[in-house]
Amino acid sequence: MSLASMTIAGRSDPDAGAPSVAAVPRGRARWALPLLGLIVPVALALGWELAVWSGLSNGRLLPPPSVIIATLIELARSGELWRHSVATVVRVLVGFGIGVVVGTVLGAIAGYSALTRRLIDPTLQALRAIPSIAWVPLFILWLGIFEASKVTLIAVGVFFPVYLGVMGAILSVDRKIVEVGRAFRLSGPALVRRILLPAVLPSYVVALRSGLGLGWMFVVAAEFLGASEGLGYLLIDGQQLGKPAQIVAAIITFAVLGKIADGLLVMTSAPFLRWEDRFGARGGTG
Amino acid sequence: MLTLDRVSKTYPNGVHALEAVSIAVNPGEIVAIVGGSGCGKSTLLRAVSGLDVASSGAVSLDGIDIRAPHEKIGIIFQEPRLLPWLTVADNVGFGLDHLPKAERAARVATALARVGLSDKAGVWPRELSGGQAQRVAIARALVPRPQVLLLDEPFSALDAFTRADLQDHLLDLWADFRPTLILVTHDVDEAVVLADRILVMQPRPGRIFEEIACELPRPRDRQSAAFDFAKRRVLAALDRSLNRKAQHHPEAKAEPGAAMWW
Repeated sequence: MSLASMTIAGRSDPDAGAPSVAAVPRGRARWALPLLGLIVPVALALGWELAVWSGLSNGRLLPPPSVIIATLIELARSGELWRHSVATVVRVLVGFGIGVVVGTVLGAIAGYSALTRRLIDPTLQALRAIPSIAWVPLFILWLGIFEASKVTLIAVGVFFPVYLGVMGAILSVDRKIVEVGRAFRLSGPALVRRILLPAVLPSYVVALRSGLGLGWMFVVAAEFLGASEGLGYLLIDGQQLGKPAQIVAAIITFAVLGKIADGLLVMTSAPFLRWEDRFGARGGTG
Repeated sequence: MLTLDRVSKTYPNGVHALEAVSIAVNPGEIVAIVGGSGCGKSTLLRAVSGLDVASSGAVSLDGIDIRAPHEKIGIIFQEPRLLPWLTVADNVGFGLDHLPKAERAARVATALARVGLSDKAGVWPRELSGGQAQRVAIARALVPRPQVLLLDEPFSALDAFTRADLQDHLLDLWADFRPTLILVTHDVDEAVVLADRILVMQPRPGRIFEEIACELPRPRDRQSAAFDFAKRRVLAALDRSLNRKAQHHPEAKAEPGAAMWW
């Protein structure tokens, strides 16, 4: 009997595989679909611009988009926007990095080892219940008013969603998949590297995104603590000097930077998650 | 030779799943284990695989005590259990990490060709049908060339035609290097098609009730009178194992896979 006849490749295959990709936008739609998200903010901005232009509002407390754009251009031209943005981004990156490393390591250990989980998790859950802003006086006393206290506050904010995400994801890995690793005699570290880590990757990315979002939230709180630069400082400066356009410009810069950071995280993780079989990956309901 | 010597298993919750099961399986032999639900078939298989350890008694392969998964023993589960983050080829090569890359690739390619899925090497498991995924699982289990292959109801989730197809295909693959096969199944047809010996188990606690030799020549004709007779013997033994009055078994002549014993 030939090899070909012994295989069932040549038979009419009643169980042919599912189509590989469904409902993935192609061509122009691929670029046009993300633009749908711009419709609402652009419509709101145009509406507000028209309201001020037609005299329905004086736009003093909430300046129209044209004034905010002019303020942004002025801040950019003077180099202030760049200086404050860089200061904020660096704080977020350092705090995020520290929070992610500590959160991942402790989350992985607590997820893998029941003993460690029983040892550290109750304490960490109690610490998680403390409002972040309550740490500020202590951090200033311990670390001073400069960068260390700000970065620590951001790291604390990032730590908890990452820790919880990693621990929860490891605990919810399918036992049957872990059993495959055991059947192939994987050692503890190999089981973590070849089964647990890939299995938790989708949840890990979600935890990182939550952590990053909190990082941006906490940097504002941190920069309210007597910073001399940073987008948070621009907010406080705008409030104290009565410059609402500067406040809105700083808020918009926060939004743009936060969106770019999240987009970069999603883009970086996407190649590692191509295998996922989930509703969202197939474009949802269109 | 694979030997089970008075293997018993009691779970921490007090369930007595196995009671002093002793079996000796010759190299290259195909043994099917059938029995009513809860008779300890899967528990027995897990004890042989080393995934669970017997409460008492011993499992040994050529004199080696099996108390943990062993390189000479492979297992195929009821579900394919493919790793979704690995391509089909990487899934098949999962147990070959110790080999040089070129040799691993060659063995994976050969294994995929043998299960008729060469064209699926680079796709993700989510893109496979149930039958294709189980063929990949078979290739993954066979590619390290285990001396003993355990199959825990491997085709039970498939439709009757795919199941019959894969049963024949499994025999083709078995003929390559003739590993010992131990198959747990609810399907009496499947047991008679594949096995040299059929062990009927009795529940509460699980033990071997009867051993039926199945010496029909291969390939076995599912429509033959001899096949029908063998099936009736197994069904009658199953009835006796459950203290049920022997029944007339009209399904014995039905479609392959119709004689499911639940």
